[in-house]
Amino acid sequence: MLILECPYCGVKAEETELSPGYEAHLKRYGPGASDDEFESYMFARKNPKGVHFERWRHVYGCGKWFLAARCTATLEVFGTYPAQTSAPPPDLIEAIKAKRPGWEGYK
Amino acid sequence: MSELITPISALGNARYDGFAAIREIGPTGMITLRCKQDVAALPGALQACMGLGLPEKRRILTEGQRSIGWMGPDELLLILPYAEVAAMIAALTEALKGEHVLVVDVSDARAMFRIEGERATEVLAKLCPVDLSNLAPGELRRTRAAQVAAALWQDEAGFTLVGFRSVAGYLMGLLTHSAMPGSELFPA
Ligand SMILES: [Zn+2]
Repeated sequence: MLILECPYCGVKAEETELSPGYEAHLKRYGPGASDDEFESYMFARKNPKGVHFERWRHVYGCGKWFLAARCTATLEVFGTYPAQTSAPPPDLIEAIKAKRPGWEGYK
Repeated sequence: MSELITPISALGNARYDGFAAIREIGPTGMITLRCKQDVAALPGALQACMGLGLPEKRRILTEGQRSIGWMGPDELLLILPYAEVAAMIAALTEALKGEHVLVVDVSDARAMFRIEGERATEVLAKLCPVDLSNLAPGELRRTRAAQVAAALWQDEAGFTLVGFRSVAGYLMGLLTHSAMPGSELFPA
């Protein structure tokens, strides 16, 4: 069972109170973008075994979207943070690096 | 010319007495106030109109028949007598004039239940993925009751649960079934 703390209301929400939004920090390229850029936005997903950044919505709660970093293999949750950002908070990245020295980064 | 229609609650105040008492209550006045909570005029407007301040995160403040509940970072639930809703909406709209807010009467879009008795917690523990024993005093918890959204809070006598009126029958069914004698979680 996955428990994620909603960064807006502080509820430690159990997975069934949430709705998944899949991979976080995807960049949507603007008008004039190349086919490759659009393809990467539309189709390319990391699907890692290990550290993963995801979007989640606190659907049976405050209704807000937030972002979470967790391990897809162990379900360890590294942290959650508000969605109004294009990159994970630096302290969260440091914490993950300390726990997973071999981690290649979120990009 | 508008007519005065007698309001009726979702289930005509249905009740069930199992190992806890389930009552559908109301009609109750409910207003949704969507507003960023750092709007400077908000606490004063609430105090002047409702006689209550801005609740802390995930808390509900109650004074007599009025309550203000924190539903989210930009959403409050105002509870008051049904007959006072129209005047309250007018007063709040005036008090928050010029601010980016939404004040909406949701009284007839919601259903409200009371779950009372020593074992009231056990009725809800079967339906909601919430650690009810760690609910803080005055905490308003939004969650799900089986398959539908709900908000609940506790007082000395039991719990109040609010859900959508369109699923009031489903909620009453859940609560009734969960309170059936013999289905207690912790038999005496
Ligand atoms: Zn939340």
